[in-house]
Amino acid sequence: MIPAAFEYEKVKTVDEALAALSDSDTKILAGGHSLIPAMKLRLNRPAKLVDIGGITALKDIKEQDGEIVIGAAATHADIMYHNLIKKHLPLFAEGAATIGDLQVRNHGTIGGSLAHADPAADWPAMVLAADAVIELKSSNGRRRIPATEFFTGLFSTALQPNEIITEIRIPVPPDGTKSTYQKFVQPASRFALAACAVMRFTDGRTNIAFTGVAENAFRDGGAEQAIAGKALDDASIKAAVNAALQGVSVLGDHYASVPYRMHLAKVYLKKALHKVGA
Amino acid sequence: MSTNGLIGRAIKRVEDKRFLTGHGNYTDDIVLPKQTYASFVRSQYAHARLLNVDTSAAKEMPGVVAIYTGTDLVDVNGVPCGWQVNFKNGDTMKEPKHPLLVADKVRHVGDAIAIVIAETIEQATDAAEAVMVEYEELPCVVDAAKAVQSGAPLVHDDVPNNKSFDWVLGNPIEEVNEAMRKAAHVSTLEFVNQRLVPNAIEPRSYNSSYDPATEKYTLYTSSQNPHLIRLLMCAFVLGIPEHKVRVVSPDVGGGFGSKIFHYTEEALLTWCSKKIGRPVKWTSERSESFLLDAHGRDHITKADMGFDANGKIVALRVKTYANLGAYLSTFSSCVPTYLHGTLMQGLYTTPKINVDVTGVFTNTTPVDAYRGAGRPEATYLLERLIDLAALEMNIDPADLRFRNFIPPFDGVNQPGYQTQVALQYDSGNYEGVLKKGLEMVNYAEVRREQQEAAHNGKLVGIGFSTYIEACGIAPSAIVGSLGCRAGLFESAHVRVQPTGKVSVYTGSHSHGQGHETTFAQVVADKLGINLNDVEIIHGDSEAVAFGMGTYGSRSLSVGGSAIIKSIEKIIEKGKKIAAHKLEASADDIEFSSGKFTVKGTDKSIGFGEVALTAYVPHVYPKDLEPGLDFSSFYDPANFTYPFGCHIAVVEVDKETGKVSLKRFIAVDDVGNVINPMIVEGQIHGGLVQGIGQALFEGAEYDENGQLTNASYMDYCMPRADDFPMFEMGSQVTPCPHNPLGVKGAGEAGTIGAAPAIVNAVIDALWSGGHKVKDIRMPLTSERVWHAMVDA
Repeated sequence: MIPAAFEYEKVKTVDEALAALSDSDTKILAGGHSLIPAMKLRLNRPAKLVDIGGITALKDIKEQDGEIVIGAAATHADIMYHNLIKKHLPLFAEGAATIGDLQVRNHGTIGGSLAHADPAADWPAMVLAADAVIELKSSNGRRRIPATEFFTGLFSTALQPNEIITEIRIPVPPDGTKSTYQKFVQPASRFALAACAVMRFTDGRTNIAFTGVAENAFRDGGAEQAIAGKALDDASIKAAVNAALQGVSVLGDHYASVPYRMHLAKVYLKKALHKVGA
Repeated sequence: MSTNGLIGRAIKRVEDKRFLTGHGNYTDDIVLPKQTYASFVRSQYAHARLLNVDTSAAKEMPGVVAIYTGTDLVDVNGVPCGWQVNFKNGDTMKEPKHPLLVADKVRHVGDAIAIVIAETIEQATDAAEAVMVEYEELPCVVDAAKAVQSGAPLVHDDVPNNKSFDWVLGNPIEEVNEAMRKAAHVSTLEFVNQRLVPNAIEPRSYNSSYDPATEKYTLYTSSQNPHLIRLLMCAFVLGIPEHKVRVVSPDVGGGFGSKIFHYTEEALLTWCSKKIGRPVKWTSERSESFLLDAHGRDHITKADMGFDANGKIVALRVKTYANLGAYLSTFSSCVPTYLHGTLMQGLYTTPKINVDVTGVFTNTTPVDAYRGAGRPEATYLLERLIDLAALEMNIDPADLRFRNFIPPFDGVNQPGYQTQVALQYDSGNYEGVLKKGLEMVNYAEVRREQQEAAHNGKLVGIGFSTYIEACGIAPSAIVGSLGCRAGLFESAHVRVQPTGKVSVYTGSHSHGQGHETTFAQVVADKLGINLNDVEIIHGDSEAVAFGMGTYGSRSLSVGGSAIIKSIEKIIEKGKKIAAHKLEASADDIEFSSGKFTVKGTDKSIGFGEVALTAYVPHVYPKDLEPGLDFSSFYDPANFTYPFGCHIAVVEVDKETGKVSLKRFIAVDDVGNVINPMIVEGQIHGGLVQGIGQALFEGAEYDENGQLTNASYMDYCMPRADDFPMFEMGSQVTPCPHNPLGVKGAGEAGTIGAAPAIVNAVIDALWSGGHKVKDIRMPLTSERVWHAMVDA
């Protein structure tokens, strides 16, 4: 568990980080909970690490112009315990509580999780369900892209090598919005073997996102359409569950074959819809 | 010898202060002058011929001190196997060389090809990456049942059918077949007792050095038995003089069996330390631990249990393929044979038993003793079969056991119980532990709740396991006759210091068991002195005369008995000294509560004064040597046989197959107890490992011989939140043949727990109409779900 040699730079501002990123073969270090193990196994051997953990501005969680704005370097625990989150975005508090263990939640960051895009990570499903927009910065400027366009495949995202994630922006859900994150854990890693985030708005719109199921987290348009505008009862939930996962290429592994994972995802969608309908 | 009441008290562990405050001293903590560090080049393939190993670039890397490959060691012996098992026809087992570094072909992923020694561990790791290995990949075999088939790839070219041995024990097979034919009901199970990775929290670590001035070697090793390592390394591997080798096992962070064995790295580092004239240290990476620490279990078994019309067991027939991995590890051959076949009597009066075991080489990590070692596999087989038979015959599983238990016997007034499979049980009250377990679980009530749950569409199950184990390993003459190449006694040296303080040098080794507390309790109790006045010293071949180490739940029953022998000698000599001082006859002196007293008088002197007199012998018996210091060796008369009853209550989620453990009741009879808190802790740990096997753990090889779950991201270790509070009960049936009456508690939990869990899950599924016979461990949600969907 000895990583290959690397340079290390701790930066204080986003601009310093962006300047450092211009060197080739440089990786951003945030909480380090995905990158460091990969480096210790020598599966990943960047020439340089730029540590953004000291940029206090990236840890802010605030309300701004009708949006909740979460700094990319906020830890899972920062989010989970924040009053704004508990009040306006209980989905994130509920989901963050299921991430890893106490140590992981105190170190791991939302931005790191999104950038890494593990197919079984928790945040991708939550940001998708919450209609989040992800803000990226590079030395060329800033861009904001919807979460629905961010995850592009297995461990791959729209993030460019010269960019860092700075913020996650979520429209404050209207009063009466209901949400839940329902997760079946892989017993060893405690990542999601299959998990479902649901946000149900008062107008009947229903956002449904899965993680742990396919190469990347995704919104399930088929299930959303099946339930949109309908009262949440056994029949409508059943219809949504039947409509879910159409055309999705479901993963199979040691802990869940394709049919079992598909079954689990549907069971957890059902649980989630019953919960928000209760 | 009367006592001051320290025996039997739940005294907090004296060693915990240093462990909990970070003051433990583990092998990896030890840095010697001129220290170097080793890293290994290991096979990426399960089976491949080595065409070329090019170290030229690596040798030029910064800080590299030396690199050795298999060709440098062709004249060095391999590590030996410590137990000879014979084929049915009398032939000796096949025992191919297990080289320190491979020269010809690699036989499992992780097999060592080269050692790279450098000034720092970083430099050694970098240079090891620069060693270029050219392989010719060969077909491999990982499954024991497939490996014995004709045409299977040969792990060792000179071992036909990959069979190390085939072995049989018990009644003649014809008699067993005949009894089985006449049985009113036969329950049959074909199952896998899956391979486990031991996962001690401290990875293996060695630091070996050579002093050219004295020609002495010192090996620090994270071992459960330093003396045995010294003996094997000196006499069998390196051919170096034993008196010139010191082996020290300092604090060791858990073993569970995996640190019993003499590993290639211990001998290799020692060999290297003389070559380079500097100390060499290697600490296993966690990924290496997964690939190299001898694994446990891995049996493929078919077993039949026959019953008469009244539910009495009439016959048991067992056929097992035991996967030994690529090489014979130190005790690998005895685990599936003499620690497994000999336990097939269980707690039952089965009159006809035949056990047939084939030991098989495969392209996998070597397999050896892991907590319980053979006995969990035997218990799993028996206890799964009897619960299954209960379901099939529609007899209550507790009732079926009561019909078959060996009646109580204390081994004193009633003789020991002679089994059909070589062993003679010492003492037992088997129905006692089941009765107590039924009371604790409130059996009638949980059965009623199960019915109610089934009525409400929920799957609740109750599973039993009533187990026995053979511990206190072991009587040397018996194990010698069975093929063990070592004695299995223990030594103890008790040194009373002039001030009456006591140093105890024991050949047992503590790596989590709490000996520094328990042994001190025994000594302080017997000598009537304070606990703080006793120091337990272990793990250093230069401090301790000899030792056979700690495994097989043997430390207290064998090591503790050796201590008692030395204490008896001390008291006897003390009486002579006291008699002289008190001007009485030694026959008239009594020793009690730390005082030597002339019988029937108030004339007495204390233990401390006798100790001082022994070392300042101004007034002293003429024919008595000074000093108060005795060594003893204790060789047990028999194994000890702890037993118990475990009951699990589970609920199975119908939709996902997830198993929730609701209750776990453990009633264990481990004989007399010195420290109930430590015993409870040992049983808790054992239960977690046993339940871990049932629900979570299992090494998975793919067809290319890659261990696909060789990290904690995929290999599931049990965690605290997976368990309810354990409900513990106890019963005491003293061991009749050792002075403390103790039987051993280290493995009990692991041996008993797994079948109770699986039985409970099967019971839950039957309650919902899914009449499945078996689900392969670990019972992952998917496997349970499939069992429901498919049945």
